[in-house]
Parts: sequence; C-alpha cells; structure tokens
Amino acid sequence: MARITLEKLRHSYFPAPSGPDDYALKGLDVTWRDGGAYALLGPSGCGKSTLLNIISGLLTPSEGRILFDETDVTTLPPDRRNIAQVFQFPVIYDTMTVRQNLAFPLKNRGVDEATIARRVGAIAEMLEVTDMLDTRAAGLSPDNKQKISMGRGLVRDDVNVVMFDEPLTVIDPHLKWKLRSKLKELHQRVKATMIYVTHDQTEALTFADEVVVMQDGEVVQIGTPVELFERPQHIFVGHFIGSPGMNVLPCEARGDRALFQGHDVALEGAVTGAGGTTMLGIRPEYVSIGSTGIPAQVVKVADVGRHYVIDAMVGDTRIKVVAEENAPDKGAAVHLAFRPEQTRVYRDGWIATEPRTTGAQV
Amino acid sequence: MRTENQRAWLFVLPVLALVAFNALMPMMTVVNYSVQETFGDNRFFWQGLDWFEQILRSDRFHAALGRQFLFTAIILLIEVPLGIAVALSMPRKGIWVPVCLVLMALPMLIPWNVVGSMWNIFTLPKVGMLGYFMNDVLGIRYDMTQDPLAAWITVVVMDVWHWTSLVVLLCYAGLVSIPDAYYQAAKIDGASAWSVFRYIQLPKMKTVLTIAVLLRFMDSFNIYTEPFVLTGGGPGNSTTLLSIDLVKIALGQFDLGPAAAMSLIYFAITLLVSWVFYVVMTKDDQG
Amino acid sequence: MIELHEATKRVGRVTHIKPTTLRLEAGHFNVLLGATGSGKTSLIKLMAGLDPLASGRIVMDGQDVSRIPTRKRNISLVHQFFVNYPHLSVFENIASPLRVAGMAASEVQGRVEEAADLLQLRPMLNRRPDELSGGQQQRTALARAIAKESRAVFLDEPLANLDYKLREELREQLPDLFAGRGAVVVYATSEPEEALMLGGATALMADGRVTQFGPTSEIYRQPDNLDAARVFSDPPINTATVTKTGGEAALGQGARWALTGAAAALPDGHYTLALRPHRVTPARETDADVALTGQVIVTELSGSDSSAHFRMGDGAWVSLSPGVHPYRVGTEHTFYMNPAHCRYFGADGKRVA
Repeated sequence: MARITLEKLRHSYFPAPSGPDDYALKGLDVTWRDGGAYALLGPSGCGKSTLLNIISGLLTPSEGRILFDETDVTTLPPDRRNIAQVFQFPVIYDTMTVRQNLAFPLKNRGVDEATIARRVGAIAEMLEVTDMLDTRAAGLSPDNKQKISMGRGLVRDDVNVVMFDEPLTVIDPHLKWKLRSKLKELHQRVKATMIYVTHDQTEALTFADEVVVMQDGEVVQIGTPVELFERPQHIFVGHFIGSPGMNVLPCEARGDRALFQGHDVALEGAVTGAGGTTMLGIRPEYVSIGSTGIPAQVVKVADVGRHYVIDAMVGDTRIKVVAEENAPDKGAAVHLAFRPEQTRVYRDGWIATEPRTTGAQV
Repeated sequence: MRTENQRAWLFVLPVLALVAFNALMPMMTVVNYSVQETFGDNRFFWQGLDWFEQILRSDRFHAALGRQFLFTAIILLIEVPLGIAVALSMPRKGIWVPVCLVLMALPMLIPWNVVGSMWNIFTLPKVGMLGYFMNDVLGIRYDMTQDPLAAWITVVVMDVWHWTSLVVLLCYAGLVSIPDAYYQAAKIDGASAWSVFRYIQLPKMKTVLTIAVLLRFMDSFNIYTEPFVLTGGGPGNSTTLLSIDLVKIALGQFDLGPAAAMSLIYFAITLLVSWVFYVVMTKDDQG
Repeated sequence: MIELHEATKRVGRVTHIKPTTLRLEAGHFNVLLGATGSGKTSLIKLMAGLDPLASGRIVMDGQDVSRIPTRKRNISLVHQFFVNYPHLSVFENIASPLRVAGMAASEVQGRVEEAADLLQLRPMLNRRPDELSGGQQQRTALARAIAKESRAVFLDEPLANLDYKLREELREQLPDLFAGRGAVVVYATSEPEEALMLGGATALMADGRVTQFGPTSEIYRQPDNLDAARVFSDPPINTATVTKTGGEAALGQGARWALTGAAAALPDGHYTLALRPHRVTPARETDADVALTGQVIVTELSGSDSSAHFRMGDGAWVSLSPGVHPYRVGTEHTFYMNPAHCRYFGADGKRVA
C-alpha cells in the first residue's frame, strides 16, 4: 500500500506537441493518501484512461513524475510497480477453477500453500463466492466473473494500488448496485489505495472519498462527493454531476447580486473578479415553484416517478426544476424562486462568488 | 414467413445436386464395386464381404496403414508445435504483419503436384541444390531414390514446409483475438511467459487448434499427390502410403473390388479418428 | 399501430416469447422494460419480422404482416451497437434506405438534411463513421431511422453503450425527435429510470411474457403484481412480510400501523408489503409516519440523491432521498415510512391493496 504522488504530469500522444491542444493530459499535480478511495470521473476522451495507463505503467508520461511513497516509478513497467488492475471486461483464466484463479497471483509469487489457502478463503468469503470456489470460472455469469477479477487483485496484501477501469460496464443494471456496494465494502475492509475510473457519476460518488473530475485533459475539480454536488467549482462539474445537471444561465454580475433576464437574483455571497462571460449556476433541486419570484412558463413536465422534472422558460432561457409534488400543468404561468445560498456566479466557467459564511453548507 | 423459409430451399438445390453428383454418386459406385467382382466387361458377380475380409487380413494393407499412421503422427508432432511456436513469434501489430502473413501463405498457394516436382528436383543428387549440397559439399550420403530413410525425411520435410503455415495462420488468428487486457492482467498477476502460454494463449487457441489438427490429420492421412510425384512410393515400398497403395491396386492392377473395399475401410478409419478426436477436444466445453 | 395477437416465438423446443397480446400506438414511446434475457429483443425481432412467429398474428396499421418479410414491412431498427456502413459518409449512411427505395435525389437531400439538423449532425455529413465519437455514430443511426419515415421504429437499448451524461441528453431529446412523425416507436431498455424519462406507455417484461402494460406513470404507481413492482425499481423496491390483525398491520416484532382503505378490508393473514425506496425517508414527514430503525450497511450517492441500504431484523431495506445525507455505515439510523404509500400483495404475488 502506498501514497501516490503525481507531479507536474503532462502527456501528449504526439512526438512534438505544439500547443495545449496536443496534450491528452494537460498538467496534473495531486497526492493521494495511502488507503484512500479515489475516482477519476469524466466523459470519454477527457484523459482519464490516459492517466490510468500512466499510473499502471502501460504508458510513460511526456513530462512529470509518479511516486509511490518516495519511490519514483515513472519509467517502471507495470509488472514492477506491484499494482492490481480490474478491467472493463472481466479477465479470468478459463481453464482454471475459481479457487485456482484467485490463487494464481500468489502462486506466481511463490507464496506458501497455507497462506494461499487462508488468503483465498478470506477473499472468497468477502466476495461471497465461497460456494463456487471449485467450479470452472469460464461458466460463471459476468458479474461473478468480474468479482473473480477483483478478487485476484485483492488477494495480494502487498499491492501499492488497486485500479478499476470502468469495471461495471458489462454488468446488468439491477446487479450494478450490488457490485458497487460490494466494492465500497471491500475498500473498507482491505484498506488498500484504490483508483476507480468511470464516466458514471453514481459509481464515482458512491465509491470514492475524493473524486477527480476531468474534462479535455484537465482536472476541473478535486473534491469529496458532497463538495462536488453542493459547490461545483466549474460549470462543467455542475453539469456533469447531478441529473438533471445544474442550470447554467446567462447573467450580469452586480456586487453581491446578479441580473438574470432583467430580474434581480440574490447570490450566496459577493462576486469576485471582473470581465469575461458571467453565468448563473443553480441546481434544479434548488429552484422552487411558487406564487412569487421570477415569472416563467412551463413548457414540459416529465413524471419520473419519485419526482417531476419541469422545464420552464424565462424569456428565451430554459430552466429545469425538480419538484417533489404538485407539478404544474404544461403551459402554466408560474413563478420561480432560487435558493440564495445555492445560487452562484461563474466567470468564464469558474466559480466567482464567495459564500457569506465560512465553508459551504454541507 | 413460412413461405419465405420454404423458398430458401430452392437456393440450396444446386449445391445439393452438385454434392450428389460428385460425392454421393461416386460413393455409391464404390460401395457397389466393393461387394462385387468384375472383369472389366461390365459383368458383375456378387462377392458379399469377401473383399473386405481379404483387405483386412492382407499384410500389404497392414504395412501401408502402419506407414500411413506413422507419417501422420510424425507430421502432426512436428507441425503443430512448430506452427504454434511460429505463430507466437509473429508480430501482432505493425507493418511486418502483412509481410509475415503473405510469407506464411506462399507455400500453401503452390499446387500440390508442383510442390512434389519442386522437392524432387531440389533433392536429387547432382541435380538438385540440396542434393548437391549434402553429397558434394557436406559429404553426407543423401539420396532419397535409394535410401528409405532419406526418402522418409524428404517426404516429411516437404509436408512440413508445405503445410505448417496452415497451423500458423489458424493459431495466429486465435492469438490476435485475445484482448490486451488479458496480457496486462497476467503481467500484474506476475505470471511467467510459460503461464501466459499455458493459461491464456493455449486455452484461447483451443478452438482453432482443434480445427488445425483435424484438417492436418485428414489431409495428411489422405495425402497422395506430393509423395507420389516425389518418390512414387519408393524406394521399394518404403513410402507407399495408403492412398498410393490404393491407386496401385485400382489402376495398376485393375482390382476394382478390393480397391473399392479398401477405400471404404480407409474412409471409415479417417472418419472414426476425426470423430473421436473432435469429441475428445470439445467435450469439456460444456462445463 | 402494431397489434400482437397471441404471438409466440420458439427456437427448437424453447419458448422465447409466451403468447403475447399487445397494442402499441403511435404518438408516444412504447417502452419494453425488463432485465437482460426477459425477452425484449426477442419481441422486437418478432415485430420486425427478423424471427418467424411460432403462432399468433402481428397486425400493422390494420394489415396482417405475420407472413410479410422484414424488408417489405417498412420499419427501422437501431441497435445497442453502433451499426453504420463503414465505407459510406454520414450523409450516405442516412440516405441509404431512401436510395434503396428509389427516391429522387433532390428529395433525398432534403430529408437527410432535416434529419441531420434534428440530431446536430450537419457539420459531420461528409465524414466517415470511424471519424465520429460513439454518440455521433449512434446519432447517425438514429438519423437514418428518422429520415426513412418508416411505419415503425424499433430502438433496442440504443443508448446502452454511450457515456452516462450523453445518454441523459439523448434520452431527453428522443421523444421530441419522433413526435409528430406518425411512427410507432418501440424502445427496449433494462433501466427503470430510462422508461420513466421517456414516458408514454410501458410494457414490463419478465421471462418471455409481458407482465403489465399501460401508461408508464400508472404502471409505476399501481403495479399489478410483485414482479412488475420489482422490475420497475432502481434501487430495488423494499419488500417485507406483514401480518394483518384486525385493522392493524405489523412488521415482525416492531413497527405497526393502522390500515386504511382497501387494505383494511382484507382478511387477516400474511401479506407482502412493497414500498419504493424514495418513500423511506431519513426524517419524519407526517404524523402517520412509522419509524424503521436499522443498521446502515451501504450508502450511495448518485449525483442528486443519496441512498442508504440498511438491515432491520433479517430484512434488507433501501432509502432514497434527494440531496446529500451524512449516513454513517455501521451505525443505527431511524428511517420513516408513510403507510399510505405501501402496496400489499397476496401469496400469489397479485396486488390486493
């Protein structure tokens, strides 16, 4: 187990990159503590797979260093980094039984039989696969195969980091939550440093203590799930996390208030900086429909079971509202109210308001 | 829907007719000959199973069958491991892939009788490059027209040269279909090169390897043209394989009845061995 | 409109689709919701004519198409995997069914451009599919289905292989894209969330059968049977055995509450209660609420919502609530449920109240 430090990491797939656009990874400085659970979250092409490959050693970065504790592993091949990885598609050894699969990494390292039996037994029990230990792994269902792939990573007690590359891709939706929670439970029990790469917010937020949100090769925010949801540092984070994502509305900043479509809007605090393009960010959960506030017209009402998602137009701007009960009818004229402590101004994409009290409301 | 399905049979008819014409009808003729005696004037006498009994008790048949099994065993033992080894050492990405594939395919593109003639000329003492090199440069006596061992070695080497590529190409196809993740996982699990072969490559190649071995078994068991052109079955009868013997009986001696019985026995053996092999290889796939 | 009358499908001796009678209308989405292997794709293939009917009839717009081959049915099909012609440009990919139909070049141009505009593919019309992202490739396939203006459009988990956020965006646009085109749209998915977002009507599928069919929100709120309630829930619906004695229901040794309405009229005995996770709340909301105390096993955060899986007695429960809640795994926590939202099912799985 190890602390992982990424130092001024940059990577380009071009031999002579000429500008920032040529970089798949545009500079990264981060330290991950020993035993933590981290997630890399972003859409396809955001650089998260590049970063994963750099950490696992399949790729050598153009610039920067990777440290496991104090050791520089930047140029070490994967097999000398002492890591474990779970891939998108389950990797199992077809001809072996589940028990032999789980024992394989230990056997290869010359661990004695008694220890192997003990470790395999413990991991099998954790993964709830004890009853299938002596069946051929080839015949298992995808979710069980993926559990075995995880098991082979977790059975060793000397790994520096366990990495997961979108491991739930092939798992049926109604089984996903089971594996998600299993993973979380496993982390709490084995205390290994774990890095989880995904485009799925639920997977990232459920699993990780800290999430790294990436876009176009850049880290836009590193934070706890609560921070990412409650106080996105960038409109991309607000949009990407939460469904539906945060409303991003054009506005003018005026001191500690904003002007949106001619209406005065209260903010969480004073606006910082000047110039650039300013946008108002507010999550649909924090917009309420009432008898006073900004006049709007309802254009769409979607009943998604446990709540309603309502689209309302204020002038030419569309706002999404989540309402628990009493949804208005389509076409109705309503008034919208924004919860001030959850209303912020973003300047050129980045947050530009300071909360009145110290720390965000969490 | 059903009408459309019925119509599909129409498209199969030409193939059925063709198969009937060039496989079923000759086969029935052979069956017909195998139980009768004829003297060539289109008169037939019922013989029952006499020919079969005669063939099965004949030392000549036993000898030819023995040579045939020996030949097939030798070439399978050489071509399969060699084919796997070559496939493993071929590049999996990059500009050399097409070059290797073309090089591998070349021997298979040459007509069988040409292969026989080529090797005949190549190995003749004084005339052929190999023959000259062995006898006159290295001073090793090598003459496949005189020495049975030399003849055997030449036939085997020729077949290996001609057909190992088939095993290579099939295995290669199996190898390239293995996702990278397997190799990465094996590295991470600390697997040795042998373990990677034993637990990843070999299991993933199993299906194509089964096909390769089956094809090589059937082809080599029925081999005729190349050794016939190369050695004519000699020296003596040393390289007279089953098919060569069969042709000698049928066309050389015009013993159509025994030849027909022998072909049916020959066919039955090929079928039986292939079937047993296939069943054994695919039996634990249902696990 | 597509009507199925006692349609079945068999492969060898295995029945893939049990006798199914269904009426799918144009004008809104018809969602087939079920787990992998429940028969969604089989049913779509039957309707598309890709697989033969074993028995029964299929009628499209009044015409019996049971024996009409696929290419004469005038339908479109979009798969989970991105299926485009790799050697053709995006324009030609969208135009291909129109060209096959022998449409005039000028009309083809117009139709392709209209479809491309709807799916924001205009700048990519001259590119090849392999130069596109996954989302653009799937939009090309959707544009082809739209440009064709077929009688029926079958979408078989079309968003399954796309990024989460992209899936969310397309899911929202899809109903608008097909609105007013007169085609019967059938959409197969394994995600309850997706069915709810698409609205329209939903057919719940399990084990080769349609277990319930009707307007999506009605099916969600009033499941006929326990299977339907289970299929249409993510996270899984809470179920527990309750004992009714007189006007009161009891959950094991603990919680008890007064029954009202149809539930109060049931004969005494054991019933299965089903309650959606979002009806189990972390705080008391009404006076009628019943407290459920259990040990929190797992917590999840899915963007806007938190869920907590907890164990009470030997039953596993889930609570789903908006916002972020700081549950502590391993600790005892009291949740609340409003008995008004409980549904009750008999021993045969049918809803009784």
